[in-house]
Amino acid sequence: MCLGIPGRIESIEGDELLRQGIVDFGGVKREVCLSCVPEAIIDDYVIVHVGFAISMIDEEEAHATLEVLRQMGELEEELGAAQGAEPGGDTGGGS
Amino acid sequence: MKHLTEYRDKDLVHKLLGQIRAEVRREYVLMEVCGGQTHSFVRSGLVELLPDEVTLVHGPGCPVCVTPLEVIDRALKIAARPDVIFTSFGDMLRVPGSEADLFSVRAKGGDVRVVYSPLDAVRIAQENPDRQVVFFAIGFETTAPANAMSVVQAERLGLTNYSVLVSHACVPGAMRAILDAPGNRVQGFLAAGHVCAVMGYWEYPPIAEQYKVPIVVTGFEPVDLVRGVLAAVRQLNEGRAEVENAYQRIVSEPGNREAQKLVTEVFELGPRGWRGIGEIPDSGLHLRDAYADFDAVRRFDVGDIHSVESPVCIAGEILQGRKKPTECPAFGTECTPDHPLGATMVSSEGACAAYYRYHRPTVTVNG
Amino acid sequence: MSNAPPTNPLNASCPTPLPQHERVVLGHGGGGRLTSDLIEKLFRPVLSSRVLAEGDDSAVLDTGTGRLAFSTDAHIVHPLEFPGGDIGRLAVCGTVNDLAMVGARPRWLSAAFIIEEGLPTDLLARIAASMQRAAEEAGVELVAADTKVAPRGTVDGLQIASGGVGLIPDGRDVRAANAKPGDAVLVSGPIGNHGIAVLAARGELAFDTTLRSDAAPLNSLVERLFDAGVAVHVLRDPTRGGVAASLNEIAKASAVSIVLNEEAIPIDPQVEAASEMLGFDPLHIANEGKLIAIVPSGDAERALTAMKELSVGEGAVPIGRVEEAPAGRVLLETALGPTRIIDMPAGELLPRIC
Repeated sequence: MCLGIPGRIESIEGDELLRQGIVDFGGVKREVCLSCVPEAIIDDYVIVHVGFAISMIDEEEAHATLEVLRQMGELEEELGAAQGAEPGGDTGGGS
Repeated sequence: MKHLTEYRDKDLVHKLLGQIRAEVRREYVLMEVCGGQTHSFVRSGLVELLPDEVTLVHGPGCPVCVTPLEVIDRALKIAARPDVIFTSFGDMLRVPGSEADLFSVRAKGGDVRVVYSPLDAVRIAQENPDRQVVFFAIGFETTAPANAMSVVQAERLGLTNYSVLVSHACVPGAMRAILDAPGNRVQGFLAAGHVCAVMGYWEYPPIAEQYKVPIVVTGFEPVDLVRGVLAAVRQLNEGRAEVENAYQRIVSEPGNREAQKLVTEVFELGPRGWRGIGEIPDSGLHLRDAYADFDAVRRFDVGDIHSVESPVCIAGEILQGRKKPTECPAFGTECTPDHPLGATMVSSEGACAAYYRYHRPTVTVNG
Repeated sequence: MSNAPPTNPLNASCPTPLPQHERVVLGHGGGGRLTSDLIEKLFRPVLSSRVLAEGDDSAVLDTGTGRLAFSTDAHIVHPLEFPGGDIGRLAVCGTVNDLAMVGARPRWLSAAFIIEEGLPTDLLARIAASMQRAAEEAGVELVAADTKVAPRGTVDGLQIASGGVGLIPDGRDVRAANAKPGDAVLVSGPIGNHGIAVLAARGELAFDTTLRSDAAPLNSLVERLFDAGVAVHVLRDPTRGGVAASLNEIAKASAVSIVLNEEAIPIDPQVEAASEMLGFDPLHIANEGKLIAIVPSGDAERALTAMKELSVGEGAVPIGRVEEAPAGRVLLETALGPTRIIDMPAGELLPRIC
């Protein structure tokens, strides 16, 4: 129920309840209410739902998680290759 | 688009699917709460790639679907008034009331306008001081901060021509109702990621504990969805029933405090009728007395409302995950997106519409 | 699934909340299912002909000494001027393209202007000049015109009804019913630009883009295909209702299945971004300077090379193929692998929050 998409803050004006800014979504720009992301600054990414920023995106967290996910897959493949050499070996089994 | 496209990486999705396939060892019945998640599962084809052991039950996270018929009928009557500019999210335009929908109200001369944001509705009110502007404030907790902000802004601007017709739904009450229902099969939840972006997930541990169900905060893109399923499968394998965050880049345990403050400033929690389900305690948001002036229900006397549901429609059972759209006798015949009998067929989030649009018939390509 | 009528003691006449529309709604003009309904269920039973029933972009008429294509179109757009074009350019290109889509060489156009009282005359002059430029670009001549002025408030600024005649060279047989299993489905460039550019210009959804309407005459592109010796089976310009509407119409007319490859569909990043933000499917969004060409698979390479020689076709790519079954269906092979249905869009393009 929540079409929220990531966008980069391009400019900010006002403060507190009136804090708003222009957010860039891959080239499409819109005015967005930023009152609920007071720590966000220009170039930060936020999730926007109906013209309202509901959260910031923790870019470090995002990057770290993607790395883990990508490596998880690779680790399984390596394990699988190793186990495959054993009789009845199967890549099944959790990590 | 940055922070979006990376989570559609098909190689990563297939790797994670392989992980799920490697770890399933029993049946799993999971509910994805949010209609946007249902839409994404179906649209990306992911729903067909999950192993047979995993059954997805589609939850009631579609604010359009669960808006009570009386509220829609009231909206239609208000929109028909010549002094009113009725503003709404696009989703609501095609939802049928007892006799009409907002499109046909517009065809008869009602000034009905689609807006992307409630803040745009406030601007319309500023630009049209001699007309009454009503905003149809529907949604779950994700939309509540924006809707609340529109009321606060209107008050600050001293607008006397802005009001809201509120029908807000809250997730935790609905989850409890689903788990309490006799014959409930749901064993674990993929919690709605953007609801949690606002609310955090501090409300869920009592539910997880009481009902012994894992609750995994999950996003919307294929990588996020698969992560959520994998986490739920693992918890069920290990006999755990914990609240887990699989959408960490956006969601934190406390959630967005500013947004929550804004919501509680304007709204208060109360009972709410859910279309097709019935009344659920502590599951809806209502305008506080301090903002009663902005309540469209009080501002416009539209007389008695007699709402009549279609007797054929089983949307309620579908919303609670007890039946699939294909089990409905009217699905695809009498009830289609062009002439829907109930909200689950109208809303593109509704399970029935999603099934109709994407799976009729299903042709699978091995991928 | 039972087809038996439900029992309904409360409302004996019809249980559905919204029976046949008693009034026309805006969605009836959207180019999707509602538009088909309006044409099939209201007009066709009382106002039709064999030729009209064929449902191609233009009527193909046999004069006895050759074939003529004859087309008519009405244009309502708001705002009247937008990045990349205006209502006048749309009128000329729209009619030229309707003729070109049946393989005709457009020659002569007509235009009837319904002007709202109060329309600024310099705006009208700009639109007229734009039409002249578009006509020159397309190599056509405006030979018949009419103007009417309507009282303030009865017409939204300006509406133009255009018509056109073209000549179809012998040997060309381009019809919606001509797609064959095994054919390749090509598109001349990225989709959705026009619809999003106009929506942005309208201002109601308050977003900005640098997108421009792609409004352009396509007859030179069509001639290039024939000059290259491509055996063109079907041509269609996906206007309102987008690629989804056009392909559904073709699949039905030809009784074939059309299967698209999701990853092959060209979409400008800003069209994608706007679609994500508003919850649109790019396949449902209007184009005014793009064509879909369905050709034998052996001719696909040649067709793409030919199209890319012109700037209006520089983004041409293959996006799918024609299969025998399930007849009448358009399917999409998703990036992840499974296939899903691409339905005829309903009517109006509505942003959603969900």
